[in-house]
Amino acid sequence: MLLGPALGLSALLFTLGVAGVVLRRNAIVIFMCVELMLNAVNLAFVALAQIYGVGGYLIVFFVMTVAAAEAAVGLAIILAVFRHHQSIDLQNINLLHG
Amino acid sequence: MTETVFYIFAAIAVGSAAMCILQRSPVSALIWLVQAMLALGAIFVLLQAQFIGIIQILVYAGAIMVLFLFIIMLLNVGRVQSSDIRGAAGIAAALVVGGLIIAELSGLWAYTNARLGREVRASAGLVQAAYAFAGGQAAQHDTQVRGVVGGIAPPLFQVYLVPFEITSLLLLTAIVGAVVLAKRRA
Repeated sequence: MLLGPALGLSALLFTLGVAGVVLRRNAIVIFMCVELMLNAVNLAFVALAQIYGVGGYLIVFFVMTVAAAEAAVGLAIILAVFRHHQSIDLQNINLLHG
Repeated sequence: MTETVFYIFAAIAVGSAAMCILQRSPVSALIWLVQAMLALGAIFVLLQAQFIGIIQILVYAGAIMVLFLFIIMLLNVGRVQSSDIRGAAGIAAALVVGGLIIAELSGLWAYTNARLGREVRASAGLVQAAYAFAGGQAAQHDTQVRGVVGGIAPPLFQVYLVPFEITSLLLLTAIVGAVVLAKRRA
């Protein structure tokens, strides 16, 4: 039921997330776009779990946990960078620049 | 009926996601993202994943997004003077990358259960088709008999017990890492 449309919607949302990462320079907004991509992948797992069984739901469960951990650490990094540069614009962040 | 509701929520999700990446203010972008996640939660429920839909709303639209809002508020970057959207080259790059990905993935629209079953059976090395599909039917039956959460709990705590425990370790590491990173250097 609704397998094709759900997978297509997942692809569309993932594309929007990638476009957002390419388009924006604000670190927090880029992070939000990454969350959008994770959500799109979750949708694909849920759509396929209709056929393959609860394994898909459990993977979504784990993806959400990893996303929560990633959000906490990533936002802490953004906080530390903001303290250093007074900005979260990626243009001003070139700590690793040789 | 289900299909109509699905397409309504799909339109809301795509529209909100597009607004999210085009809004100049991080706060507006975040609110649009929350809207997209709520629509996705509704779609999960339509796809017979009621538990995941509720978790999506509680954890994603609730907890994680509040964390983002908190950081935006803490850094006071909600009000921006200049747009952080890249110039013409960035827009072109986004269009090209997005167009490539959507062209690659557009074949997914045509998938049906029958076609997926055929292709999985044809590629025997990928997964044991009989096992997978029997498992799927068994899972649906299990959900009908034991309820939505009852169908998920046994595999989570039996088959996936080790990944579940590793997840708790990951969360502990993330907590320690976040505290260390965010602590002000004296």
